[in-house]
Amino acid sequence: MTTQADLEVADHKVVRDERVKERNRLQRLLIRPEMGAGIGAIGIFVFFLVVAPPFREANSLATVLYASSTIGIMACGVAVLMIGGEFDLSAGVAVTFSSLAASMLAYNLHLNLWVGAALALVLALGVGFLNGFLVMKTKIPSFLITLSSFFMLAGINLAVTKLVAGQVATQSVGDMSGFASAQKVFASSFDVFGVSIRVTVVWWLVFTAVATWVLFKTKIGNWIFAVGGDADSARAVGVPVTKVKIGLFMFVGFCAWFVGMHLLFAFNTVQSGQGIGNEFFYIIAAVIGGCLLTGGYGTAVGAAIGAFIFGMTNQGIVYAGWDPDWFKFFLGAMLLFAVIANNAFRNYAAKK
Amino acid sequence: MTTTVEKPSHDAPSGGKAPLVELKNVGKTYGNITALKDICLRVHAGEVTGILGDNGAGKSTLIKIISGLHQQTEGDLLVDGESTRFSSPADALSKGIATVYQNLAVVPLMPVWRNFFLGQEIRKKSFPFSLDANAMRATTLTELSKMGIELPDVDAPIGSLSGGQRQCVAIARAVFFGARVLILDEPTAALGVKQSGVVLKYITAAKEAGFGVVFITHNPHHAHMVGDHFVLLNRGRQKLDCAYDDITLDRLTQEMAGGDELEALTHELGRKV
Repeated sequence: MTTQADLEVADHKVVRDERVKERNRLQRLLIRPEMGAGIGAIGIFVFFLVVAPPFREANSLATVLYASSTIGIMACGVAVLMIGGEFDLSAGVAVTFSSLAASMLAYNLHLNLWVGAALALVLALGVGFLNGFLVMKTKIPSFLITLSSFFMLAGINLAVTKLVAGQVATQSVGDMSGFASAQKVFASSFDVFGVSIRVTVVWWLVFTAVATWVLFKTKIGNWIFAVGGDADSARAVGVPVTKVKIGLFMFVGFCAWFVGMHLLFAFNTVQSGQGIGNEFFYIIAAVIGGCLLTGGYGTAVGAAIGAFIFGMTNQGIVYAGWDPDWFKFFLGAMLLFAVIANNAFRNYAAKK
Repeated sequence: MTTTVEKPSHDAPSGGKAPLVELKNVGKTYGNITALKDICLRVHAGEVTGILGDNGAGKSTLIKIISGLHQQTEGDLLVDGESTRFSSPADALSKGIATVYQNLAVVPLMPVWRNFFLGQEIRKKSFPFSLDANAMRATTLTELSKMGIELPDVDAPIGSLSGGQRQCVAIARAVFFGARVLILDEPTAALGVKQSGVVLKYITAAKEAGFGVVFITHNPHHAHMVGDHFVLLNRGRQKLDCAYDDITLDRLTQEMAGGDELEALTHELGRKV
């Protein structure tokens, strides 16, 4: 390409547009938001294959995928929200909130667990709506609004559980009606070539695929990028900015509900204090996957790769026989590296 | 101060047709502040009306009224000869009045074609009604090349285009979606000489295609190059309203330059003689 350009310059017959150069294939690939994460994921995968012998077994991969999936489903929602230009710090406790709600409503009102789950869904969507509504109406950054809702939900989780259940965990719902069928949907596993795969892995891929399709192939997806990239411009051309953003917060609520249902039907009881701190994992997965913190840029596939990196590191450290306390250090280091690498990739590809 | 400002009412040659947009003694007050008073202007099809004025002259308020963002507090706004009141920009748009704002209402990180169709996306006719990306790409390419912009890649983020090209994309978008009147808010303000040329050529092309163009600028040179009709605003009042044939570039520049009180006075005296 350079030689061709040189020739043309030498002949003084440059007829192409002088401002926009055509990008070649490699640059097109490099400019993809998830490119950095993809390379990183392969690197980390190879790394653990080398240093951790147990990591090479198929069962380990299933475990890694399971760890990735519970983060990945949420990361999907958080990534789409981030592309839409907003944050949700309450996502971690929102998961616990939905499973607590489903569990306690069904248990104490003697409902079918599906009814409890449906009521929890309404509550989860309600929390998402409230987050979005407050962000849009007050115009206060979502960081602050959802930081408040994070603490409020964390408090509600602990206090209401103690009030209703009399302890810090809910009673087991394992023998209630609807448990078996709900467990099939949210927390079963199936065998592939003798390896047991958790169903959440499938759901994770489905969430990622649907989010990708919506983002790139639908009107709504176009609007999500627009409201994240420049909300004022989007509004000026008729995009319903408020509705889109509130919808995104509600989608995060939906993802939180889904993961919450998984936790409930996988463990029968719910610890009211769990989930705190997980919101950062979701955000880390999205950012490692190439989502721009300022919005308008990123992919759901990137978030899935980010979640996979999370799962690999989480389990790989254990398989390598290291002290798991190092996990957070690695996560932080990786985030730093990913942010710098993504930035460099973007600049490199944009300048060429 | 400005009470003695003369308000000549030139009727531009219009071939007897009602102007697309007409303002009659329009004024706008914000509380006790008068932003605009007694503004009269007409926008005819196939004509460029240049609105000139220094910072704070009321240009922005004026276009906000025409584009439906704000409403006038006095006077009449006529579209096709009928008195109207716009309740929103969408309302103005539905009557064919499109505004290209200074920030262009484009999303820099999104590809050109996505920006072009933002808010008016084309979807496939059958389930699952996904975006018809290829149709939109092709349309963007042809619409832009109609206006003399050849982009090698409509998938490039619009932020990577030059200011002039971005401006043209925004105008082409308004044209494609059925605008009859284009309001251009300082389209050349942030551009270099060459890129301004691109935009000015585009404005002429739009005019020749039969659009009514309102060209807001504080550059009399640019206004004089493409305008058929000029309105000069100063501190919320209409200082000048004349056709292309009635004014020279020097005169227009001189009128524009009247920044301080003394010069303004000189101009007023000079005009009365």
